[in-house]
Amino acid sequence: MTKKLTNIYLIPYALWIGLFVLAPLAMVLYYSFFTIQGHFSFVNYLRFFTPIYLKMAVSSIGYAFLITLFTLLIAYPTAYLLTRLKNRRLWLLLIILPTWINVLLKAYAFIGLLGTYGLANSLAALIGIGRQQILFTGFSFVFVSVYLFIPFMILPIYNSLEKLNSSYVDAAHDLGASAGATFRRVIFPLTLEGVKSGCQAVFIPALSLFMLTRLIAGNRVITLGTAIEEHFLVTQDWGMGATIAVFLILAMVIVMALMGKGGLKRW
Amino acid sequence: MAEKMMIQFDHVTKKFDGETILRDISFDIERGKFYTLLGPSGCGKTTILRLIAGFLEPTEGTLTFDGQLVNKIPPNKRQVNTVFQDYALFPHLNVFENVAFGLRINKLASKEIAPRVKEALHFVNLDGYQNREISDLSGGQKQRVAIARAIVNRPQVLLLDEPLSALDLKLRTAMQFELRQLQRRLGITFIFVTHDQEEALAMSDEIFVLNQGKIEQSGSPRSIYDEPINRFVADFIGESNIIPGKMPQDRVVSFAGKTFNCVDQGFNKNESVEVVIRPEDLELKQRGEGLLQVRVESQLFRGVHYEIIGKDEAGNSWMIHSTKSAKINDEIGLYFEPEAIHIMRHGESEEDFDRRLESYEGADHD
Ligand SMILES: Nc1ncnc2c1ncn2[C@@H]1O[C@H](COP(=O)(O)OP(=O)(O)O)[C@@H](O)[C@H]1O
Ligand SMILES: [Mg+2]
Repeated sequence: MTKKLTNIYLIPYALWIGLFVLAPLAMVLYYSFFTIQGHFSFVNYLRFFTPIYLKMAVSSIGYAFLITLFTLLIAYPTAYLLTRLKNRRLWLLLIILPTWINVLLKAYAFIGLLGTYGLANSLAALIGIGRQQILFTGFSFVFVSVYLFIPFMILPIYNSLEKLNSSYVDAAHDLGASAGATFRRVIFPLTLEGVKSGCQAVFIPALSLFMLTRLIAGNRVITLGTAIEEHFLVTQDWGMGATIAVFLILAMVIVMALMGKGGLKRW
Repeated sequence: MAEKMMIQFDHVTKKFDGETILRDISFDIERGKFYTLLGPSGCGKTTILRLIAGFLEPTEGTLTFDGQLVNKIPPNKRQVNTVFQDYALFPHLNVFENVAFGLRINKLASKEIAPRVKEALHFVNLDGYQNREISDLSGGQKQRVAIARAIVNRPQVLLLDEPLSALDLKLRTAMQFELRQLQRRLGITFIFVTHDQEEALAMSDEIFVLNQGKIEQSGSPRSIYDEPINRFVADFIGESNIIPGKMPQDRVVSFAGKTFNCVDQGFNKNESVEVVIRPEDLELKQRGEGLLQVRVESQLFRGVHYEIIGKDEAGNSWMIHSTKSAKINDEIGLYFEPEAIHIMRHGESEEDFDRRLESYEGADHD
């Protein structure tokens, strides 16, 4: 009786998963086996292993890694500081707020800030460094991506820090550990779950970023996400686009597996 | 004598957000003794432990270890270890690594660590548990690991915050005995916190009875039980009959409309006092015999004894613990020795109380 009832409640969820997750995945897989002329073939997969795509994959992974690393380096101390503040809810809201603004809008804001006549360059000129090319570089790409992803890293880390029983920290101090040793041996290991979730929440989307590569990096950074977009919208080679997507999905699965069960549970 | 005085609280006050939690507390802790902080929940016991451990700083007053001011010394620089109320064992480390934590922090060579950890686990009867995960341990075993993790560092003082309150009665009694044994074997100072008066009486060399951030009375279990300073202590430590009375002269007290001999001295003539008689010091007699007549109102079988409630002619209620039973509504007699009577002066400070007791007890004993 109750089992039947739960099954009924599951129907909308199953429909959703079927229509919007499984079916698209199946279609991506299906398209990946067709050439631009519409012939069934494995040639797309062979093409992926040519230097041009491999280089793209390596650069994608490299940038995603850098973005995740810098996001983590900024987000962890921020989350830690946040747990010690008085008006935590307000601060948390201020951190979440920017995620409600459209990514495109934020990207355009950065174009204004980082452009040749933007605020950053005006400051640089003022202190005598002179105007630099900031926009359309790898640096600006990483910088803006990190900015966009920070809230998604802060939240899971903040949650795991909040859950951390403060008596563990007391116990470590009591046993002679300095603040640094307490962090290394107790706080960080016990908040690793949050770090893993945060890294997943950043690394996987960072792997497939495409709009920013054009707007902020001026196509100087070409990621797998950009390549997919190009194939679907410009070259119309849906087969190759789908093949790259398959590899991207594989990469995500691998990352999630590496990050362990704890990370999966949150998703 | 001076070097025996290890920890000294000198007029220590602790406030949280302007609210006074400890008010003007002074006491000394000597080396190698078993101390208990006893008091109801919220009276400030944990706060005192956290001051000693270094997690808190006194708002006013000074805290010294061996004469050195330690108000501002952080916990990791103090020769004190704590067994926390919730054990606080690190869930990501196994039993061995939990116990080894302090030694690794102190950069001990790993070949020295293993025997020390083994020895500590042996002390708490956990031989062979090194490789267990914390989540696989029972409450009693966690407790022992927490103790091992603290004593492995060979602290001068071990602080224990209600370590037994989460255990069931049987295990608790066994652990009381073991802790007392452990303290004797290690020869270090234990400062033990509990709200359970029986536990305090059974384990301690010296008890501090706390109430609302003040030490009401300190002393050996016997002296606190036999000579409570006021109504709070008398009530908190065991059951008591507390009856209003008067002291017509030293060694004579009148209550319930009669006059009795007692052993207490140093009162003003006809001073109003409170009279304490423990229920187990009241002896059942036939009607008409004994010193007081009461009518039995209720009786409860408590296992070792009967708990009888009776009312005397003046309307005072009396609780009697007796192995003999009585009949409800029967008139019975009560007998008690002069030594069973303890007189409490209204609002007497602990210093005055001690001085008064010494003035006549010293003469009796020595
Ligand atoms: N960090 C703190 N901030 C504010 N109030 C506190 C803090 N720690 C304890 N208190 C208050 O101090 C009082 C005594 O607490 P505590 O020492 O834990 O009592 P006990 O251990 O005897 O139960 C309680 O009323 C508690 O609410
Ligand atoms: Mg407490």
